[in-house]
This record gives sequence, C-alpha cells and structure tokens, in this order.
Amino acid sequence: MGAKRLMLGRTANGLFWMFRYLERAENTARLLDAGLRMALTRDLVTAEEEWRSVIATSGQKTAYEAKHASYTGMQAWNFLLREKSNPASILSMFGLVRQNARLARNAISGELWEAINENWLIIDEQLAKPVGENRVLDTVKTIRRAGTMARGALQGSMLREEGYHFALAGMFIERADAIARILDIKYYLLLPSLSYVGSSLDTGQWDTVLRSVSGDRAYRWLNAAQVDARGICEFLILDDRFPRSLAFCHSELRSNLAALARIHGSEGESNALMRDADTRLTNLTIDEIFDQGLHEFLVEFTSCNAAIGNAIAQDYRFLA
Amino acid sequence: MTGSADFFNEMREPDGSVRSAYSDYCQWYDGQDPKLLRRKHDEAETNFRKTGITFNVYGEDEAEERLIPFDMVPRIIDAGEWRRLSRGIEQRVSALNAFMHDLYHRQEIVRAGRLPERLLRNNEAWLPNMVGFTPPGGVYTHIVGIDLVRTGPDEFFVLEDNARTPSGVSYMLENRETMMAMFPELFLRCPVESVSDYPRRLAKSLAACAPECAEERPVVAVLTPGIYNSAYFEHAFLADQMGAELVEGSDLRVVDGRVAMRTTSGYKAVDVIYRRVDDEFLDPLTFNPDSVLGVPGIMDVYRAGGITIANAPGTGVCDDKAIYSFMPEIVEFYTGEKPLLPNVETWRCADEDSLKYVLDNLAELVVKEVHGSGGYGMLVGPASTKKEIEEFRAKIVADPEGYIAQPTLSLSTCPIFTKKGLAPRHVDLRPYVLVSPDKIDITPGGLTRVALKEGSLVVNSSQGGGTKDTWVLKD
Repeated sequence: MGAKRLMLGRTANGLFWMFRYLERAENTARLLDAGLRMALTRDLVTAEEEWRSVIATSGQKTAYEAKHASYTGMQAWNFLLREKSNPASILSMFGLVRQNARLARNAISGELWEAINENWLIIDEQLAKPVGENRVLDTVKTIRRAGTMARGALQGSMLREEGYHFALAGMFIERADAIARILDIKYYLLLPSLSYVGSSLDTGQWDTVLRSVSGDRAYRWLNAAQVDARGICEFLILDDRFPRSLAFCHSELRSNLAALARIHGSEGESNALMRDADTRLTNLTIDEIFDQGLHEFLVEFTSCNAAIGNAIAQDYRFLA
Repeated sequence: MTGSADFFNEMREPDGSVRSAYSDYCQWYDGQDPKLLRRKHDEAETNFRKTGITFNVYGEDEAEERLIPFDMVPRIIDAGEWRRLSRGIEQRVSALNAFMHDLYHRQEIVRAGRLPERLLRNNEAWLPNMVGFTPPGGVYTHIVGIDLVRTGPDEFFVLEDNARTPSGVSYMLENRETMMAMFPELFLRCPVESVSDYPRRLAKSLAACAPECAEERPVVAVLTPGIYNSAYFEHAFLADQMGAELVEGSDLRVVDGRVAMRTTSGYKAVDVIYRRVDDEFLDPLTFNPDSVLGVPGIMDVYRAGGITIANAPGTGVCDDKAIYSFMPEIVEFYTGEKPLLPNVETWRCADEDSLKYVLDNLAELVVKEVHGSGGYGMLVGPASTKKEIEEFRAKIVADPEGYIAQPTLSLSTCPIFTKKGLAPRHVDLRPYVLVSPDKIDITPGGLTRVALKEGSLVVNSSQGGGTKDTWVLKD
C-alpha cells in the first residue's frame, strides 16, 4: 500500500458541501418534477394548491411570497429554478456546487470535475432566460442527470480516500434532512385540517410526497396499491432498501464515518453521535413513531442529523 | 498566403516557399478539408470550456470567466534554432540568479561601477529583509518565463525577464493536449518534443530546492490567493498535475517554527511553497499589514531556513524595466561571456541624451513605465494619435526616471487559421525555465502569444491576444 495522505480541512469542507449542494439542487428538481406531474393531471384550481404545497415543501414559502402574490406553475418553477433573489434556487445551488468543485479541484478526479463543469455550462445556459412550459421538463431532467453523472464519476474514478467519504457524508446528510423536512411539512402544514386525513386530497398529496423523492414506483412494487400515510412513512423512514429513506441514509453515513475513523486511526464526536442516532432508529417501529408523534420524531431526527454534520466539520477541521 | 515583407515570416521564405520547420505541417495542411478544420476550430473552444481552462475577469456587475482564444496552427521551431535559443536562455537565467544573490549580499556589480546604485534605491521590488540571506540551495528564481520576440531566423531578443511569478504555463500544456486530441495524426507525422512532463519537472525542481529540515519526500504546496484570482485555474491545475497541495493563506500558520497547513488531522509542516501571491501580500507582519492572502510570520521562518519560497521574495527587482536595460552588462558581469541573447534596444529616459532622443521620436517608439506590466501604461507611438502622444509626452517630462523607450519591433509572424484560410499574425514566445541548485531545465516549447488582429503588435490576452501550441521539433 502507498503512502497515507491527508487532505486540507478546507478542501474536505469543499467536497462535503459540493455534494450537499448537488443533492439539494437535485432534491428540488425531484420535487418540481412531482409538482409538474400533479399540475398536468389536475384542474387549474387544484394545480394552484399543488404549487403552493410544492413551494411550502421546498421550504421557500416566505421567500416566494415576498416576491409573488399568487401561485402559478410558471412563477413557481421559475422561482425554484432560477430566481436571483432566491438563494436556494437550483441555479444558485448549482453555482455553489461548481464553486466548491473548483475549490477542491485538486482533490477530485478530472472525470468528476468535467461532469460538474459540463453540466453547469448546460444548466447555466438553460436557466439564462425564463423557462416556459415547453422546456421545464427538459430542464428538470438535465439537473437530475447532472446528479447522476456526478455520482457515477465519484464512484468510478475517485480514490477511496477520505475525500470520497466526505463527499458521500455531505450527500447523505443533505438527503436525510430533505426527506425528514418533506415528511414534516407534509404532515403538519399541507393539510387544511385533521378532518382531511384519508380524503382524496390527502391521498393525492401523499402520492406527491412519494413522487418528490422518486419513490412512487418502488413503493408500489413493495406495497401493491396500498397508499396510506402510515405505510408511506414506514417506507420513507424505516425501509433501508430504499435509497431515499432515513434508515438508508444513516446506514450509509455510518459506514462513511466508520471509514473516516479508520483512515484517521481514531473516532471523533461524529462517530459517537452516529452511534446514538443508530441506537434510536434501529428496532423502532412505525407504530412507536406515530405514538411518539411523527412531528416530534422528525424534529429530533433532523437536529441529530444536523449535529452529526457539525461534528464532522469539527472532527476534521473544516474551518480554522 | 502573403505577408508583409518587413517582418520575418516563420512559415514562408520571402519567395513564398515553405521554411523547413513547417514542411511536414504544410503538407498535412494542404490535404485538409477547410470545412472540417473550421469545425475543429469550434470544437477546440468547447473543449476549453468543458475543461474549465478559463481566466476570471471582474466587471462592474459580476465575475465572468473568459477563454483566451486558441489558434490551432502550431508555431514551429526546429531543433537547431531551439538549441541555440536554449543556450542563450540558460546563460541569461543563470546570470539573473547570480545577480539576485549579489544584490542581496555584497553588491559587487555596484561596487564595480557597472550598475548605478540608485536603480536599487528606487526599486519598489527591492526587499531589505532579504539582505544577507541566502535562500535554500542558493536559488532565487525557481521559475522564469522569459518573453522573447523574433525578427529573423536566428534573431531572438529578450523583451522581459519575468523572474517574479510568470503565468501561462497551463496554456502551454492544455494547448498541446487540445492539439493532440484534435489532430492525433499530426503528431504521428511530425517529430514534436513533448512538453507534458513539465509538472513532473517542476515538482522535482522545487523538491530539489527544499530546506535542509525537509522530509525525505518534501511537502510541496501551491499558494493561491483563492478561487477569485484571475489565474486560479492555473494554480489548481499545477497543484493537481504535480500532486501538490493547493493552499490559501487561511490554511497556513506558523507552528513550532515551521509553516504548517491545516489538514483533516491537524497541522502538518510544508517544506516548499510555490507561491502565486505577490511579495507584498506574503506576510502581513513584514509587508502589507492588511493582507489576508499570506501567512503571518512566514518571513521569520524563511530567514531561519524553515521553508523554501519559490520564487524568492524580492526577485521582482529583475522585472523592473530600468534594471532590464542593464541586462547585457549584468550577463557579462556574472558569466564572463558576451550575452547570447540580446536585449531590445532601450533608451532610459533618466539619461538626458536618451530623453531628448525619445521626446524627439515619440511617434516611432514604444514607451513603457518602468514598473508597469501586462501591456498597460504604455505608448505605442506608430499606433497612437497626436493627442495621445502629446499626453504621454507630458507624463514623461514630469517623471523621466519612470520611463524607458524601445523601437517598435518587427515581431515575426506565424500563420493563424481564419475564415479565409491561413493569414500571418505577429507572435512572441515565453519559454518556461526551472532552476534548481544543480540544474537549469528548459522545457522544449513554451507559450506562443499571438496578436489576432491583423497588423497588431500587441499580443497580451487582455488586449485581443490569443495563444498557440508551440512545437520544438526533434533532430
């Protein structure tokens, strides 16, 4: 085996955030994809509700309403895709992905850099002008493909050194955070009142939740046509076969953190927090989660997930 | 293809026949479909964008990443021409290094009356902190990028020495990569010296200059001002290609008498820093106190022999155009030989007679600020209006010591690819030279800059210049 070589803390930070932002941009694209799908199958009034819920789910309601008084598809997707005043737009996210890739340029493979850079050139061009109905699906596809290419390049060309694990850790922390947020917002904010639970509006919205994490087909494959809140929550929280479930994200994150500890020859705070998180999630049933309260569970999960992220930054000296 | 008879055409003899260096290339070119070549030309640009070979330009609103235009006709130098040129470059670089050592030690050249003392006193790049100190291995100018212009078959002149932080080497490498990707068959046909091992040679040369306290395999880092610097791509590229770290000032601090970088497991000593940060930003404790690009205390570590800084602080003295005008004396003083590479004739406006000559002939001359660079702050007489000339005259009269003047050079031409076929344009050449304690290593090739505008003599990328792949042929 060759010499061991450790990277700069700043570079590790760059890799971590490069993949966090990439995941974030892609999650927004998936959400948008689901929204478009709904808009195509509903009447205009319901569509307006759908866009309201898409924006709410993206966590950008306040920013959106500061800019627009109403909800239309065109406004909503342009806001999520390219609005300058929206720091969480896909365009700004992807700009940050590329900026972090440049920052970590000598720690990533040429293949990964080109996957990011080429796609950024395309996305930057596609989002240079407002996106109309005829282009929006294509644009969303481009963004999702960019994520796929970057992950492929990461898998196929990067040394299995710490940089690889920092990149994946960023990705899984972001993904877990996004899923938990979608579930939480869905459960508490989207429904006008509790009496809607089980209504067709409710079922439709759960369907959107599945679509927005690209889990609709996988869920149906496993659960036939049974669409209910409990089943979907169980799937998105506990089913570690699905790559966009909380259990899967944390299982992957655990192995990335274990690899980092191995490379460094010692465990840190992040490994300890990860162990605590594992203890809480394993053996948990969906009934217990609902008894405890889904919202309470998700709040705790999210804060624990964020704490792991902060501990990684501390353990590996991301900042001076 | 026609060219003005006043300029040396590197591809064609005055009678129109092809010079031997270009014969293989021309044969190939004549068999090409122009339409296909035009398409290749566009492909090249896409390739540069995809790889991210850009430089940053900051406008009023937002940052922009620009490409330096690339021309796909190579500039070709034959083996004999290159051998003679190399000898001249080696002599000049060796003299530069000896000169730097002398300047910061006994100043024999001043004592001998060959260089006026005031040139050092008035030199902004002169660093008192360097006096009496010898850098590890005695090397001051680790990387030099001499700018040359050509006027005839074996007539090369030095235009600038660039002993501080010459840039552009990534273009030398990427231009070649692009050419090989576009025209692999050309490289099977023409025996071209490879330039691709430059990063390896650079890494080796820098490691050979490591301080005595260095590890067996010295830790080399490229110090960049950061991703917003116009040449950031090159900094990242070189670090990547050398397998070196790419650090910013905020990654470094002085720990236990060494300069150390913050890795994921704590601070680790760095042995050699290839800095792409100017002297004045290097150490806020010694130079500009507001600098956030440098490392507080690095100069103390340096003077105690704890780190190698490449190029050494204070080498900018050589880039001063008043010093330049003394280079023939400098070369002779330290090598005991006549200079093989001449300077461009230079009038120092500080001398009364020269000043009179310059003021009388402004319309024919190129006048430069002594401390200027990048083609800014200069007057190109033949290309200027009467008003511009008069404005410049006032500046010179107000501060004669701040200016030198040179004749308008008859820069050689090389063909570029245009919509109407090949057309001659003026070029210069920047070869890259690596200096280590026991070796001066010149990579066979370099960066050819070309003035893309017909008739223009300004090759700077900031003013409409492009670049070309530069071939040195094997024997």
